[in-house]
Formats: sequence, C-alpha cells, structure tokens
Amino acid sequence: MSAIAFPAPDPSVVARRASIVAGLAALVPPECLVDSEDERRAFETDGLTAYRQVPLAVVLPRTTEEVSAVMRYLHREGIKVVPRGAGTSLCGGAIPQPDAVVVGVGKLNKVLEIDYPNRTARVEAGVTNLAITGAVSHEGFFYAPDPSSQLACTIAGNIAMNSGGAHCLKYGVTTNNVLGVRMVMVDGTVVDIGGQHMDAGGLDLLGLVVGSEGQLGVVTEATVRILRAAEGAQPVLFGFDSVEEAGDTVSAIIGAGIVPVAMEYMDKVAIEICEAFAHAGYPLDVEAMLIIEVEGSPDDMTEQLRKIIAIARQHGVKTIKESRSAAETAAIWKGRKSAFGATGRVADYICMDGTIPTGRLPEVLRRIRQITDGYGLKAANVFHAGDGNLHPLVLYDINDPAEQEKAEEAGNDILKLCVEVGGCLTGEHGVGIEKRDLMRYQFDKVDLDQQMRVRAAFDPDWLLNPAKVFPLDGRVPATPRAPLPQAAE
Amino acid sequence: MSETRMSLHTPATEAEACDAVAAARAARRPLSLQGGGTRAGLGRPSNAVDVLSSAGLTGITLYEPSELVIGARAGTPVRVLEATLAERGQMLPVEPADHRRLYGRQGEPTVGGLVATNASGPRRFAAGAVRDHLIGVRVVNGFGDAVKSGGRVMKNVTGLDLVKLECGAHGTLGFLTEVTFKVVPRPETALTLLFSGLDDARAVAALTRSIGTPFEVTGAAHLPGAGGAPARTLLRLDGFASSVADRATRLSALLAEFGAPERLAEGVAAPLWDDIRDGVALGAGRDEAVWRVSVAPTRGPAVAARLAGVALRHSFDWGGGLIWVTTDPSGDAGASSIRAAVAEVGGHATLVRAPDAVRAAVDVFEPLAPPLGAVTAAIKASFDPDRLFNPGRMYGGV
Repeated sequence: MSAIAFPAPDPSVVARRASIVAGLAALVPPECLVDSEDERRAFETDGLTAYRQVPLAVVLPRTTEEVSAVMRYLHREGIKVVPRGAGTSLCGGAIPQPDAVVVGVGKLNKVLEIDYPNRTARVEAGVTNLAITGAVSHEGFFYAPDPSSQLACTIAGNIAMNSGGAHCLKYGVTTNNVLGVRMVMVDGTVVDIGGQHMDAGGLDLLGLVVGSEGQLGVVTEATVRILRAAEGAQPVLFGFDSVEEAGDTVSAIIGAGIVPVAMEYMDKVAIEICEAFAHAGYPLDVEAMLIIEVEGSPDDMTEQLRKIIAIARQHGVKTIKESRSAAETAAIWKGRKSAFGATGRVADYICMDGTIPTGRLPEVLRRIRQITDGYGLKAANVFHAGDGNLHPLVLYDINDPAEQEKAEEAGNDILKLCVEVGGCLTGEHGVGIEKRDLMRYQFDKVDLDQQMRVRAAFDPDWLLNPAKVFPLDGRVPATPRAPLPQAAE
Repeated sequence: MSETRMSLHTPATEAEACDAVAAARAARRPLSLQGGGTRAGLGRPSNAVDVLSSAGLTGITLYEPSELVIGARAGTPVRVLEATLAERGQMLPVEPADHRRLYGRQGEPTVGGLVATNASGPRRFAAGAVRDHLIGVRVVNGFGDAVKSGGRVMKNVTGLDLVKLECGAHGTLGFLTEVTFKVVPRPETALTLLFSGLDDARAVAALTRSIGTPFEVTGAAHLPGAGGAPARTLLRLDGFASSVADRATRLSALLAEFGAPERLAEGVAAPLWDDIRDGVALGAGRDEAVWRVSVAPTRGPAVAARLAGVALRHSFDWGGGLIWVTTDPSGDAGASSIRAAVAEVGGHATLVRAPDAVRAAVDVFEPLAPPLGAVTAAIKASFDPDRLFNPGRMYGGV
C-alpha cells in the first residue's frame, strides 16, 4: 500500500541487533535504551502516521557526552542513525528504518540558562518549543517561532526542519531566531557553532545546520533569541464572498506599508470544520476568512486596525469581527490553531505545505479545487496568507487504501503546482520522506548534486537520517580535495 | 604559475560565467571574484591573478511590492536596488554597509558584494542580517555549473539551505549571478534619542534596557568621547509618526537615570547612522588597522576595557554586541590580545582593514576549531574542488 519506498534494510545489520544493543547498553543506563519490540513500536512513526518502520533500537541519552559516545560507537559499527525530537514531523522526517538506531533527545529537556540582558536562552535540544516561552513569559519575553505543534515539538525538531508558524511574517522562522548550537557529528565529535553573539565567524554553518533534517549531526543544545513581547496584540476577523477579495486585501495591506504580525487564511471547508469544533463565532456564510493580528501599544493597534479595516472595506469585506476582550481573541485563535486537530475529527487528511507567490493565490486555490475534484476528494485550505505558505488538507479515509493513494497523488499534484507557479515544495514542514521523490521537480540535477555533496561533507557514508530529503537513487559522494598548491595562497 | 598576465572576465550572462569558470578550471588558473571592488581590502590576500567580475550582470530581475520580494543580478549596484524599493515605499531591512570610505576606494557596492560579505548595518540586532533576508541565490560553482538555491518565496525549507552558506562566504564558494531578498515597508519616520557623556558601561546598560522594552528600538550605538567631545549614545525608533513620538516619550521616561536625551530628527541623525553603518564613526586614522568584534552585547564594555592596551579607538553598535576597534597595524595588529579577549567571552573578531602583509601573516577571520575547519575545507571542496575562487581569502587552504 505504501507509495513511498524505503530502502531495503541491511540484513547483516539486522542480524547483529543483539550485539549492537549490547554495545549501546554499555554506554547508557537501561532506562535510556529501548530494546523490546513492543516498546520500539512506540517509535515506529511520527506525524505522518500512514508510514511505519520499527527501528533496530532506540537510545534516549541524557547528556551531550552520552550522545557523543553513542554516535562514536554507531559510527564505528557503521550503523545508520535516525535523530528524533518529539516525533511530530508531518513529512516523515523522524520515521525510523529497521536497520537504524533512533537517537532521541527527549531526555535532554532542561532550560540551561536565561540571559535577559542579552535576550538569549540556552536550552537542551529536547526542550519543547512552548517551554522556552513558558520559561521567560513572566518577564514579558517569548520565543518567536510558533508552529502549531508547539506544545509537543522540540527545539531539536524545530532546528532540523527550520520550523515556522503563524507569526513569522514579522519575526522570521527558526533560522532567524537561533544564535548557536552544540552538535554531535556523525563520528561523535562535539562542535559548538555560533553562540550568544551575532553572525558567524566563518562560513554560516549555523544557517546550513538549521533545516538540514538531521542529516548533518545531532543537535543537543541551542542558544535562541528571546524577544520582549509587544505591549499588546489584537486580531480582527474578516469574511469575504470571494477568494479574490481576500487575496487583494492581503496585498493592499502590505502595499500600504503595514506588516501585521500574522495574516491567516481559511476557506469555507476549513471554516466549517473549525467552527464546529471551536465555536469561535466564525462566519459560515462566507467563502474565505482572514484573521489579521496587529501588535503594539493600545494607540498603535487602534491606528493599524483602523487602516486595515478601511482597506478591507475597499475590497468588499462582508463580515468584520473585532476582538473586544482577551476571551474573544483566544476564541478567534483557538479555531485557527486547532484547524489540523479539528479536521482530524471529521476525516483523515494529509497536510500539504507548499509555498506560492502570494499574487498567484486565487489561481492556485482554483486549481487545487480542480485537482481534488479530479480525484473525487475534498480539501480544506488553511494557510499563512502574508507569506504564501499553503496548507491544503486533503481529506480521505485511511481505511480505504485506494483513497489514500489518490490523496497522496492529489497532494503531489498540488505541490507540483506550487513549484510551477514559482514557489516551493515545503514552506515549513520539511521534505522528509513525503516530498523526497518530488525534489527533482524543484531542483535539477546540478542543484541536488551540490546539496548532496555538501551533505556528504558532514556525513560521507550517508549514515544520518539516510532515507530522507534526497531521492534514493543518484546519491553523490563527498568531493576529493585537490592537493594544496606549492605556492602560498 | 607560469602565465602571470591578468585576464579580466566580465560575463554578460550566467552561461558565459559558466564558460569562464570552466575555462579557468581547465587552465588551472584561480579567479579573484569581484563585484564593485569596494571591499577589495577585506580578507586574506589571494594568489589569484585573473578576475571574474559581475560588472556585466546587472538589472532588477523581479520586483513584487505586494509580495515583499526583489531580485537582481549580482552586479547591480545596491544604490539601484534601494532606489527601486524607495519608489514603492519599501527598503532592504539590513541597512547595507557601504565600505568605500573605510577602504578609501571608488566604485559601486553591488548586491553580490553585499551578499558575499553579509555586510549588515545598525538594524542587524533587531531586524536580522543580510543572511536573514536573502531568500534565493544563483551561483556558478567551481565545476562551472549554475546552481540555484532558495527561490522567490519567503518561506522555503526545501532542501539544504545553501543560500545561507553563500552569504558571507566572501566568494570562496562560487560566483553569484543573481540574488533575491525579502524586503519591508520603509518606516514613515525615524527619531533618534541622543544621550551625552555616558561611559561605556553605563551606555551599554542604557542600550540594553531599551532593547528589552516593547518599544522596538532599531538602532542602539555608543560612540565614546574623543578629543574633548562628549560620548554619544544613540537610540533609534521608527514607524508611523504618532507611534514614534509616543514611544520616544515613554522610552525617555524609562531611561531618566541616564539623563534627558536630545531628540534628533530623521534627517539630522541619518548621516550619523550612515557613519556607524559604514565603520567610519570611530574616526580611524588612515593608517590604523580596523577590527570588527562580535560578542554578546553586555560583554562589549568588558571586552573593550580589556583591549585598552592595544586599542587606539573603539565604538559600539548592535546594543554593545558589535565593537569596532582600531589598532596599530604593526606586528600582529593586536590580533593576539583581541583573539584572547574574545575567546574569554565567546564571539568572533575580523581584521577588516590592515596592510596586505599583515593580512597575509595574521588570521583575518576567527580561527576555527579543528573539526569545523575540516568541515569548512570539505564544504569548499564540494563547491570548488580545485580552489579556483578567491583561494585563501577566508582561510589558508580554503
């Protein structure tokens, strides 16, 4: 049934399982090693639950030193490693394989140091995204990237996937909010990249590591920026009779020199699903809805909202709902933030994550409808309108293998459409296994070969998260270096 | 090298650039990559004789104001890009530095040079660096192949982020042919609060407190007193006029213990911020070596104090996190003292200006820990196995 292929497990490695587990047991205490098949099964998938692979073993080290010892041992033995945070990846970035050991950072869960004057927090990589904000919010600070899974997902996973969220129009994504990492390389070597200071001293290795999907090393610690929160935030909700009106409103707001902290779009299907779940007071008689949030002092917010509402009126807004209280604000966001969960109550779905140039929005939404209609399926559209990051949820029944296959094909068609109009396959979820075989639609051979050579500079033997990101065929080895010239450079 | 006569390549297309690189590779002749040549004094001297210039690759390739995105060929002057954006009330968020005055050079800073040097200005601590706003590059690698990474949308995590790697690589990883940035609306107005007479520690304390407020400070610099003139501590606010005035009043009240600030209107303060951005605000003598030191902001004053023996002058930007230092260019130009001071607190130092002989003898960029040095060399080999591009510009053997 599985449409996405996994490489055949190496039988010689699988046959050595007992001795490999024994080797790991010498490095970590028993509570850090998952050996029995029942317990290993708990790690067989992630947020892409249609795919499952029971790992060879799971190690949950408690310190960077333990991670280093485990990596050194596995490297010596030539065993593949699948790094894992909380296992919330929607693209299968953390799905194991039967001949690989999962190295999870779940026990590395301490906030190590908070430095308000320098506006940084140093945390172990298994700390959850929301726990960072939780540790600093009493001082009025927060950690900016806010993926919907922020209650569960770890900073390690955020770094691996360069996670975004609803507020990145103003605050950027993970790569813009991480200053340093401590990383264990494939052979167990521990390196510090960046720190509390700004910018790199050499090549921007930090920028390379963020978003590398666990293929360059295992991050065990991170130094992140914490920001002083705005005095207040206030959303306004708009309902429109057409997709075009909503899209034009977004463009006109930006054109007027206003960058709201968030601009979220939902279509009719998504509105109905979310309203039934969250009772947020969403309008049910509109085709498209925008949630736009502004930040600042009370006067500042009033002024920005006045301008934004005037623009929406010029573009035919049908419903305007301003938040009058903290409770109303929470309700407006509850509907949006629960979109994936609420959808999961009514159907199984695959969540796509392409990005498009925002000017192509009406056209792309029309064509998404044609694609899903063509497969006899339905999609709910929820996305970050300011940056063009789409999340069409393709609905299907997981108990119907034929329908699952159709849903995956529809999803692939949607992502190809995103690339065709000038966008990309993934805006914030990552490639993982899900989009691995579509990479050739976005990149030609020269582009992919260059990426793979860089990857091989860190992991020449392809031991780290090996079945992800790049098509399984056509791997490129590390480049041999030319001999140093005689004359000084 | 037997043939030492210089060849200048100025490809007019990406395909011509690929051909020029392929020919250089076949002939084993390294290339010095050049934009406007305004920062030719930055980095270790290279043995490349031939020049590959982006002068023939100019023009805006994409501008969608409502999508906050602009693209240009690498040789496009930064001035042209900024003027194009200004027409639609937008700007690059990074205040690109113009180093002509620092190096005493003519020419035009290009967008390719901006990317290659990641030359961010005072807004960096609040808005991010060039690398944070660069969303796409096209680059010719040392195989003579045109490689793209990123694209024209601001949210894109597809594949390895080679965009970041190219930014700040000083032309060692390829010849940039086209770059794409995300941009922001130009603020309606700006206002600078000027405090006088603070010492380094008090000044950075004031900057730190300001940045820790919700008032969105976008400039935070300190210029110590010199030649009888009092020290100046500057805080910039920008945005809609009513909001700026309100925030200025409330921020001033919060900083009452540091004195009553003078308010400088946008046009009055702009030249001063330009000087800070371009590394000339500290008033370095023509012959002084110039260092740029990046540390956690509150460590700035202690690092500066520790360097009192070698520093001729210093100033702070980025809330204290960026220290400009000048030294006597003889000997190691203060390298051993500066590297030791930085190592104590974490950070990095770059010798941005010094005579060729000094830059050949002293590490210009922060020396790398051995494992990162090995990775850096392997990455270089993955782009440019024959070390054609700016060989040795950043590190020996890279």
